[in-house]
Order: sequence, then structure tokens, then C-alpha cells
Amino acid sequence: MINWWKSLTIILLLYTLIGGLLIPVPKQVILYESIRNLYFHVPMWFSMIFLFLMSVVYSVKGLSSNDLSFDTKAKELVNTGIIFGILGTITGSIWAKFTWGAWWVNDVKLNGSAITMLIYLAYIVLRGSLEDEQKRARISGVYNIFAFVLLLVFIGILPRMTDSLHPGNGGNPGFNNYDLDNKMKLVFYPAVIGWILLGWWIASIRIRISKVTQKLEA
Amino acid sequence: MELRQKAALNGILLYVISTVFVAYLIFSRLEELSTWVALLWIVLLFASTNASINSFRKEAGREFFYYYSIAKPQAIILSKILFNAILQFVIAALTLLLFSVLLGNPVENMSLFSVVLFLGSLGISTILTLSSAIASKTKNNATLTAILSFPIMLPTLLTAIKASMLCGLGFSWEDCQVFIVTLGLLNIVIVMLSFILFPYLWRS
Repeated sequence: MINWWKSLTIILLLYTLIGGLLIPVPKQVILYESIRNLYFHVPMWFSMIFLFLMSVVYSVKGLSSNDLSFDTKAKELVNTGIIFGILGTITGSIWAKFTWGAWWVNDVKLNGSAITMLIYLAYIVLRGSLEDEQKRARISGVYNIFAFVLLLVFIGILPRMTDSLHPGNGGNPGFNNYDLDNKMKLVFYPAVIGWILLGWWIASIRIRISKVTQKLEA
Repeated sequence: MELRQKAALNGILLYVISTVFVAYLIFSRLEELSTWVALLWIVLLFASTNASINSFRKEAGREFFYYYSIAKPQAIILSKILFNAILQFVIAALTLLLFSVLLGNPVENMSLFSVVLFLGSLGISTILTLSSAIASKTKNNATLTAILSFPIMLPTLLTAIKASMLCGLGFSWEDCQVFIVTLGLLNIVIVMLSFILFPYLWRS
């Protein structure tokens, strides 16, 4: 069973879909049944951060070893991370429409996600404007590390200093306090693991595709 | 070595003067603090972007090999950061002076405001230095410097704006301590990262 984790991914995500939609949830004012979005919206961001983190790990490895395969991995992890970021934005936007009443609000976490997207789109543009492979690997690696650290500051530290509409900020109760009762945790944690594994799976397929394309071109 | 380019330096100073003058013609007098602070930081941001876009251009050609052979990358990045920071302080001081003369000065706690201005300028100029080092390796230098640096500059910029708003309203050290300390720590992180990462850029 080499690919046990792929089976695990499928099982966890099936469980998330079925359990997430059917298992009873606590009734909350405003949120009502939309609280089920917790199983889909929040894990998207966790997966995105996980993929970007792994990308930075590969960038560090690539910088210290000059091995081009690490660069391919870093690139494809970023690409997959962007997909999850877009999905997180869409699910968040729909949720915001039904709870806060607008598709987009000027909230510190929403701005953080927009900036994350800008940073990684800039990363892709930077890669596009460099032709030499060695040079591209090294320079985009440097930018990847630099940007990720500042991004962590932006989405990790600054939101705690200002108010946010999100649960757990600015006087809003966090989900952990009472909403996330034990039944929800039973779905939420498997959902997080499932989505992260799915992200890793997609990224590994993309890495293999891009390796094959590189071989074919060479 | 940048001091040799007198025309570029004067150009940046003139850029600041004309931008502030345009703002003066539009607003003539700015009483509202939030607009004043926002305008000040926008002028600073664009002046410093203009100033540092060129900071690695000269190293792209033959002179690059000369510097490469005589200096360590750490020494080069430190000197670049230092030069750009000093230039940025000059720009900031000039902008502040012009703003006070032309648009009025609504800031209540001036000494603390200067500290914020100092720290914010340092952060912005350092991020721009590394970004322009990255962008100098590509062909479309100017655009790339901007798109690489603006999103990663936002933590510094937003903290600086928030802190300067508080100082402008006359809060004391205790009240905006959090923001100023954050700003200082951010600067340390940025300088350290540039210092560690630059040698990898330089080698290519």
C-alpha cells in the first residue's frame, strides 16, 4: 500500500461531503445552515498555506543545492496553492453574502487573502520574465522566501492587532468557544486533513506532468 | 557610487517637489488628518519607488564583473540598503517640510511622528532595494520592481500609516507603542532576510 494516503484522502473527503451536509449542526442566529461552509471554506486556506509553506521549503532546498527539480516542485506547489486560494475566496465570498450581506467587505483578513493572491501572481510574472532556467530557479526562490515571510507577518500578526468581522476577532466570539461543538469537530478536523492531502495530491500530479513536459522538450 | 549620478538625485528631489505642489494646487489646504497622512505616504511610496528602480541597473553591464570581483555580496547589499535608506530619509524630510509649508501640519505629536516616519522609510526602502535587485535580473525592470514590492510592502506601510494616524491625533508613546515596536521588528526581519538572500541573487 504505497498510496495509502490517496485512499485516505478519498475516504476523508467523501466523509466530509456526506457528514458535512447531513450531520446536525448547532443552530446559530444569522449563520443557520451556512455554518456547514466551515468544512469547505476554512480548510481551503489551511491547504493553501500548507502548499505555499512546502513551496518555500523546496525553494530553500533548491537555493542550497542548485538542483532544478526542487524549483519545479516549488513552482507547481505555488500553482496548486493559488487554485485553493481562489476556491477559498469564492466560498468565503458566498458565505459573506449570506451572513454579512456583501460579496466583499473591507476586512483585514479579506485584504490579506487578496494580497496573498497578488504576491503569488507576481511570483508567476517574475518566473515568466526570466528565460535562463538556473537563473529563474535562483531568483524566484529568493522572492518566494522573502515574500512568504512577510506574508506570514501580514496574515498572521497584523489581523490580531485590528478588528475583523471574522469569528474570534474584534469582540466576535471564536468558533472554538461554543459553536464548534464536538459533533462539528468530528467533521472539521477530518475535512482539514482531507483537503490538505488533496492539495498535495494535485500538486504531485502537476509536478510529474511538468517533469514529463520538460523531458519531452529537452 | 550612486553619488556620481547627480542628475538622477536631483531628479528625485524635483519629483517630490512637483508632486507635493500638484497636491497643493488641488487641495490648497488640508485640515483633515487622515487625508494628510494618506497623501504623505503615497508621495513617499512613489518617490522611493522611483528612487530605487535604478539602484541596480548600472550593475547589469560590464561593471557588474568589476564589483563582483572586488566586493563581497554582503557588503554590497548593506551599502545599497544604507544608501537607499539615507536617500529615503532625505526624501521623507523634504516631503514633510513641503507638506508643512504648503498644506499645513495637523500632526500633534511631532517627535513620535518623526520616529514613525524614520522606521517606515527604512522598511520601504529596504524592501524596494531587494525587489529592484531581483527585478534587475529581468528585462522589464521598472514594472517588475513595482509589482514585486507593493504587495510585500503592505504590512510595513499599513502599520506605519496606522501609527502615524495615532501620532497625528496626539496619542503618546504608550498608546502607539505596539505599532512602533511592530514596525521596528518588521524592519529587522526585512534587513536580515535581504542580507541572507542577496548572495544567492548576486551569484547568478
